[in-house]
Amino acid sequence: MASTIVAFELGGREVEVMVKPMTTLQSALRDQLGFTATKEGCRQGGCGSCTVLVNDEPMLSCLLPVEDVAGQRVTTLESLTPTQGLHPLQQAFLDANAFQCGYCTPGMTMLAQALLDHNPAPDRGDITQALTGNICRCTGYGPIVRAIEVAAQAMHAGEEGQPR
Amino acid sequence: MARLRGTGIAAVNYPTGMNLGGDPSQALIHATTSGSFVVSLSATDLGQGLKTVIGQIAAETLGVEFGEIVIDTADTDTGPHDMGTFASRATHRVGNAVIAAATEARQALLEVAAEELEAAVDDLEGDGHGNLLVKGVPTRSVRIAEIASMAQFKYGRTIAGRGAYMKPKSLVDPETGAMDPDSTEAHACTVAEVEVDTETGVVTVLSIRSAYEVGRQVNPALVQGQIAGGAWMGMSHALYETTAPYYPAVDHSPRDFSEYLMPGPLEMPEIECVVLEMPSSNGPYGVKGIGEMTANSPIPAIANAIYHATGVRFDDLPITPEKILRGLDAKRSGPS
Ligand code: FES
Ligand code: FES
Repeated sequence: MASTIVAFELGGREVEVMVKPMTTLQSALRDQLGFTATKEGCRQGGCGSCTVLVNDEPMLSCLLPVEDVAGQRVTTLESLTPTQGLHPLQQAFLDANAFQCGYCTPGMTMLAQALLDHNPAPDRGDITQALTGNICRCTGYGPIVRAIEVAAQAMHAGEEGQPR
Repeated sequence: MARLRGTGIAAVNYPTGMNLGGDPSQALIHATTSGSFVVSLSATDLGQGLKTVIGQIAAETLGVEFGEIVIDTADTDTGPHDMGTFASRATHRVGNAVIAAATEARQALLEVAAEELEAAVDDLEGDGHGNLLVKGVPTRSVRIAEIASMAQFKYGRTIAGRGAYMKPKSLVDPETGAMDPDSTEAHACTVAEVEVDTETGVVTVLSIRSAYEVGRQVNPALVQGQIAGGAWMGMSHALYETTAPYYPAVDHSPRDFSEYLMPGPLEMPEIECVVLEMPSSNGPYGVKGIGEMTANSPIPAIANAIYHATGVRFDDLPITPEKILRGLDAKRSGPS
């Protein structure tokens, strides 16, 4: 079948990709747009390493045909990362050493961002529950849960400090 | 039907490296014109942090900052020879080779600096911030980055070093049976607490607490990471991971690794460890290997805790709910 052009918003910018039908968002991001923070662990929905946000909801980009995000707002780890310094989640992951190989980290970070968008003050149980679809083979999860707890507090404190 | 609690303990002695035809690693280091140092290796970083610890060892020996080290790994066609990253050997073997290479490169660096500063090599020292200076005369100093550049453009010299480390093959003494197969051994002891549900056969691991003796820690955060990750892997081996069917029919077996059962964040126990440092005599800065061993002692500790809880000895891994229920049934119906 012929290729089509799909346009969507990626980190605040309009992008276009030319794709064959059933091309995944993961492949468009990594192979066409060079956004390689989104990882490719299993390509069948089993590991969560490819988690991105579509209109602020976490999605597995390996299962998502890129046509489905036409006109939608996609956020990857690249767009979460500020131009200067680190996002509070990134800083907390770094401080807690919440990785070894780092392969799960982008997916974990995006998932954590989605969790904090919905629930700015999650308890440990909420965080653990939220992570169940994402596999980490290295850390035993403890440092990741602790990092998200710390980031939630930091982001919460940051917001309280802002003038309304 | 009850929830039975038990505590189990297990210890491990773990060798660093191996003993086939000898166990060699080699390293090459050279300075670029900008004063960074490239460490060429054929050992790989599998994600456990080899590049970080080798960078630290190289920086320490060269007397430059960590950020100046570039680790170039894993082209076995063109890199210096290495047996590989396994057997908890890389920090020890590669680290020793890198110390040798860095020592030679530092000598070359000092020779160029001595010429430039019109001083003797022995009179130079580093300040740990990227400068070399004449001892006692802080005004006579030069940046290492400048020396690296001058070596190439002014003196036509290389700043480079070669390093090799080999643990020779050790044969068994036919008289006594004695041999020296490894270079050093790290040690650990793990205490696991479990709860066994006698109705479902499900084992919940409540805690995994360990004490490790690992020689000098080059990077304590990475050591903690290895121990926590290893505890998870050990628990996974003990209770979950198998490609055999849980029930007799083959169609219930996992077809690939994405259906292979592993504990997730909800199953994770409290993991805690203390680390003792007793430097080895032959590791770089006294290290011992801590990698594979971290997945060892949690397994028998969990099996022993299940025995403590149920009075049934399970010696076939993983200890699945089905095996627990069958074992409890057999115990109830008495010795056959
Ligand atoms: S790569 Fe998408 S879930 Fe594994
Ligand atoms: S850090 Fe390696 S998979 Fe999570």
